[in-house]
Amino acid sequence: MYELKYHKATSVADAVDVLGKADDGKVLAGGQTLVPTMKQHLAAPSDLIDIRALSELQGVCIKGDALVVGAATRHADVALHANVCMHIPALASLAGGIGDPAVRAMGTIGGSLANNDPSACYPAAALAMNASIITDRRELDADTFFAGMFATDLDEDEIITAVRFPIPEKAAYAKFPNPASRYAMVGVFVAVLDGDVRVAITGAGEDGVFRHQGLEEALAESFTSDAVDGVEVSEEELMGDLHGSAAYRAQLIKVMTKRAVVAAG
Amino acid sequence: MSRVKLTVNGETVSREVPDNTLLSQFLREDLRLTGTHVGCDTSQCGACLVHVDGRAIKACTTLAASMDGADITTIEGVANGDNLHPMQTAFNTHHGLQCGFCTPGMVMAGIDIVTRYQAMGQPLTEAAIREELEGNLCRCTGYHNIVKAIADAALTMSSTAKAIQ
Repeated sequence: MYELKYHKATSVADAVDVLGKADDGKVLAGGQTLVPTMKQHLAAPSDLIDIRALSELQGVCIKGDALVVGAATRHADVALHANVCMHIPALASLAGGIGDPAVRAMGTIGGSLANNDPSACYPAAALAMNASIITDRRELDADTFFAGMFATDLDEDEIITAVRFPIPEKAAYAKFPNPASRYAMVGVFVAVLDGDVRVAITGAGEDGVFRHQGLEEALAESFTSDAVDGVEVSEEELMGDLHGSAAYRAQLIKVMTKRAVVAAG
Repeated sequence: MSRVKLTVNGETVSREVPDNTLLSQFLREDLRLTGTHVGCDTSQCGACLVHVDGRAIKACTTLAASMDGADITTIEGVANGDNLHPMQTAFNTHHGLQCGFCTPGMVMAGIDIVTRYQAMGQPLTEAAIREELEGNLCRCTGYHNIVKAIADAALTMSSTAKAIQ
């Protein structure tokens, strides 16, 4: 890893300030993507601002009809949290399937969304439920937050502080994990909110997470796994790599959607 | 450079470290605790597992500078003097190792798994053990004896806890 300057943030305001003054600073939360990336010299920030311990970024609570998750809340904690298990069990299940136990002991939802890995799980949940991504300066809708592979709408020195998920009537996440890395080769999050069906797909798109109109329309008419059969999922703009061709991923999208629909009930 | 003050295996340690030092390097090179192993470059193998503030994490994927104030247990710290930890005894009994390279990580993972399942009051099935070991790779054993060792330790660890109560 190249040299860097480490800072432990004393507050979100302090973190934003240090980030703004650094040459090329990055926020460090769980580090489960950032540290390996830096070890491989694919990232070389001049400064790391550690926000992991900030209490303002921790915790899960219910606010009205929404579940609010602090940005530095770890995957292991989301997976077991009573509020999550009771109100959005699909989210608990998603968090409990990320990486492996040691990764879940450190990785955070804020890090996952800010990084927007095209094969990460949380972006599918955020997009399917049209979550609000709350930062130190504004609120962003999931619908417009994700800006392509590894890109988001965040400013250079902007920090996610929390994520607000409207509680869906029903929801489920079905993931086909890569057998070695356990990233989503395809992950489909299906949610029904105010009668609307939303289907968000990760692991498959060249531009990262996306919604599928055909699947949403078919499921809005009939929320059954049979309804998925009649939908055409195009290979265009899907990823093809050594793990699977675009055609295979298109097939997986349909299979995972069916599983999610059955699981959602 | 950052100064970190932390507890490692019950002892207070204070050092100045370059900010890009990994926790695995700090433990092995600064503290000469070489039981924590570095098996891969990609945060996948789990040979570097240590317990930090009660959680099993990958020391190779953590910066030492971020560990100020932490309470860390390494493989060197799980035995009680000359008495092996029940997890270590189980690995011995069930031949849960061959070359031993993955073993510190497996033992630390095993202790973490059993502790978490006991805290949740959930039964630790063979299927659950295999799933929980997804982040620990072994090239020698084929995992079967590791799984048996952890399942056995789950029984002895809980009876130890009850005896203490």
